[in-house]
Amino acid sequence: MSEEHFIGVETARPDAPDKVSGRTQYVHDIAVPGMLWGAIRFSDHAHARIKHVDTSAAERLPGVKAVITAYNTPEVRIGFLRDNFALKRDKVRQYRDEIAAVAASDPDTAREAASLIRVEYEPLPGVFSPEEALVEGAVLVHETDARGRPRADNVVPVRFAHHSGDIEAGKRASKFIVEGEYTVPLIQQSCLGTAGCIASFDARGNLTLIAKTQIPFLVQRDFNKALEALGLEGRNVRVVVPALGGGFGTGLDTHAYEYIAMLLAWRTGQPVKILYNREEEFAYLSPRQSATSRIRQGCDENGKLTFREIEVVQDNGAYTSWGATFPSVMLVPATSLYRVSNISFESKIVYTNNTYCQAMRGYGNPEITWPIESSIDELAEQAGMDPYEMRLLNCNQPGETTPMGLKITTCGLKECLDRTAEKLDWGTNRGKGKGVSRGFGMASVINVAGGGKIYRSDGSGIILKLDDYGNVNVSYGGVEMGQGLHSALILTVAEAFGVKPDQVVINQTDTATCPWDVGTHASRGAFMACNAAVMAARKLRQRLFEWAEEIYPQQVEESLTKARKHNPEFREPEFDWRAAASRDRFELADGILRVQGAPDRPELQVELGRLLRAIHFRKQGGGTTFAEEAFYEPPTDLPDWERGYGNMSATYAFGTQGVEVYVDEETGEVRIVRLVAAHDVGRVLNPQTLRGQIYGALAQGVGYALYEEVHTDKGRVLNPGFTDYKLPTACEMNFPIHIELIETNDPEGPFGAKGVGEPGLVPTAPAIANAIYDAVGVRIRDLPITPEKVLRALKHQRAGSPVR
Amino acid sequence: MKTLLRFQLNGREVAFEAPPHARLLDVLRDIAGLTGTKEGCGEGECGACTVLVDGRALNSCLFPALEADGRSVVTVEGLASREGGLSELQQAFVDEGGAQCGFCTPGMVMSAAALLAENHSPSDDEIREALVGNLCRCTGYTQIIASIRAAGERIGKAATQ
Repeated sequence: MSEEHFIGVETARPDAPDKVSGRTQYVHDIAVPGMLWGAIRFSDHAHARIKHVDTSAAERLPGVKAVITAYNTPEVRIGFLRDNFALKRDKVRQYRDEIAAVAASDPDTAREAASLIRVEYEPLPGVFSPEEALVEGAVLVHETDARGRPRADNVVPVRFAHHSGDIEAGKRASKFIVEGEYTVPLIQQSCLGTAGCIASFDARGNLTLIAKTQIPFLVQRDFNKALEALGLEGRNVRVVVPALGGGFGTGLDTHAYEYIAMLLAWRTGQPVKILYNREEEFAYLSPRQSATSRIRQGCDENGKLTFREIEVVQDNGAYTSWGATFPSVMLVPATSLYRVSNISFESKIVYTNNTYCQAMRGYGNPEITWPIESSIDELAEQAGMDPYEMRLLNCNQPGETTPMGLKITTCGLKECLDRTAEKLDWGTNRGKGKGVSRGFGMASVINVAGGGKIYRSDGSGIILKLDDYGNVNVSYGGVEMGQGLHSALILTVAEAFGVKPDQVVINQTDTATCPWDVGTHASRGAFMACNAAVMAARKLRQRLFEWAEEIYPQQVEESLTKARKHNPEFREPEFDWRAAASRDRFELADGILRVQGAPDRPELQVELGRLLRAIHFRKQGGGTTFAEEAFYEPPTDLPDWERGYGNMSATYAFGTQGVEVYVDEETGEVRIVRLVAAHDVGRVLNPQTLRGQIYGALAQGVGYALYEEVHTDKGRVLNPGFTDYKLPTACEMNFPIHIELIETNDPEGPFGAKGVGEPGLVPTAPAIANAIYDAVGVRIRDLPITPEKVLRALKHQRAGSPVR
Repeated sequence: MKTLLRFQLNGREVAFEAPPHARLLDVLRDIAGLTGTKEGCGEGECGACTVLVDGRALNSCLFPALEADGRSVVTVEGLASREGGLSELQQAFVDEGGAQCGFCTPGMVMSAAALLAENHSPSDDEIREALVGNLCRCTGYTQIIASIRAAGERIGKAATQ
């Protein structure tokens, strides 16, 4: 039986009072003295040679302080393939390419000046889909690589693949085989707070960047490299992270606009702020990739999976961000969602003249779970099985090692499947759709939940510092972007160290004060931060208890003396507190130090602040203050990507979502009647924020399934705003949601917890598509499932022709 | 050229000089320095800039500042008591987990304030209807709706006591 006070208790978020009263400061709200505003001149073509840039009219506009281009600034390269540039020279490869930038006294002047810049182009033919880009002799988006070597084709030179077992033997052992092609659209992360930053230099050439980022320490690394390009070797970058206004993956790269702010600040000697408006956010910030997957899966006569074969083609757009590495995460479900022994996974990432893409929550997992889980239903139908039974039969088990080498420690997938079926009354309800247009579907997820190693360290440092009043200041380099990381961290520190949550204060994320952290992605924030916090709290307690051996008896003596004097009914405690005052007998809870076995008397208890002050101001021999650092590096491997092998996470989260839909056969409209989300979360740290993560992820899953798509025409974004890009509103989210939290108490998790940030949006789309099939018998294979697509499929069905 | 603008802002008479094309949002954020009201889209689609003008919730990004002349404007900063205590509605958002990244929150709170001023016990569908112009990307709205429901119950209870 656990004796925890705060873990698992519904607790309000520490940042909520400021957020509900408008006090929280986002980059949008911050202005610094002397600040200028930057604006960017973007390309007018998807693919063209730049012949001439005339900035004279912009320079003459009153209020303009500087106009920069690639021709009057040092070259700054961006991205892990170094194929992108802060400002483009010679050629543009997408509509949003940055050609020039302006710093001016106010944002309107800056934008006006940017529009006055005249650019002459020589238009080039472009490639606007992977199919076009892969044609022999297609126009090259990049004629050379970063080192200037000629490129032969438009394939991005990174490979993620996996081949295990024997696919042909798997096929031979199959009684049933299904095959299908599935697509996912380009979608926008749609943070309510748009992108922005403030760059400022000190007079020695050190840069401070207030950045809307999820990776402050990788930003520091990237910008230190950029300082070298400016001739500022040895100077340093400090990254300060304000409240984010939503991240969802947009903060996993450094962006051209941030380097442009740096260049403008360097050129003008003044702080420069760049803030995107909503149209710019849609048109000029990287969205989530579109992708096409071909999948073949088979099973034997009993429904046991025999093989799985997947080929993915991903439209990278014109440059390479970390988001290009989505297939690294696709490997996890491709190899390890359900037990399959013969697996082939191949991916191709292709340059096009479309907008280049970046990460979004789930990072490849929703893209690949969509075909896998749709195809499982297709296979079950072929085999004449209930798809729930087929999932149970092939369910992952605790203790197994998957073909990718993932070590499954705890696994609640069976419970997730069972609870989902139970809550939907699956046995009675499913398969009765025809005629009433009501259907039931389910889909599952496996997700990294103990970090996701994609970099040489997947660790997180933390510092816990005590002040003279018993408060714990926490310096952690990860980012609270709304998900509730700080809430989980406060409860963990309070629990592990022994204070009340109100005594824990989290400092602003700042590379100057926080230890290194790889970044807040891969559902890793709370898992890492809380594990590091538990380690640091242990060290802090140890050191405090050593000091308390001397100080605690003095404080008790003082209290007893006072009590003897003031309390006429005072009786000496029948307890040898001097003998008990040893480091292995101290207890710290709720900010009060006690010794084990002592009677519950106030004189025998010392309030933490008082103890700390007594230690700090100790007369003989001097005192001390307390701060402890800990670095948690999860026990994982950096996978061999070309082999698709390696245990990239310390634990894995599982989940199943089930949904009931009603399909209007006249309009093609899909209405969700209710939704069940059963998730193996390891252990609940704060039920309120955990549910918040799942509810929010579900809405993103529903948007992905039914509504969202960035439409483009020859590389130009056609719907750059919320008017034409449909996010689910409260009126679309008008159905009951039942959340089941399955606690599997993971041994590597802080108090047993697993990462929960992403899994909630992964299985939503296939669960909905499976329910639509159950309702009306049409299978939609390309997201989003719009009424038009459903109607078209129903029409084909009535005509007796196959759908697609 | 600037025009003098007088109105009641969070219960106090104020006067500002504003350019004729200024939006109410610009006056609130850039001139009055009240940055609680957010700009999420600038085209009246997301509701992050919602404020009350004469008690009606509207998008301050579409509302010409000059139109506010002589009226009463309430922003998220005007809901709390002078000592900084939260209103029942704000407290309910805290208690029920109605805020995540928080960027949509001021607008959500203001739309909810307008709703609850008229109706203490709205149904969930009435709440959704009132929030149709407020986008949230983090919460999926469930805990926002729970916050508003709880606030209505508290306000209703206080009114009957």
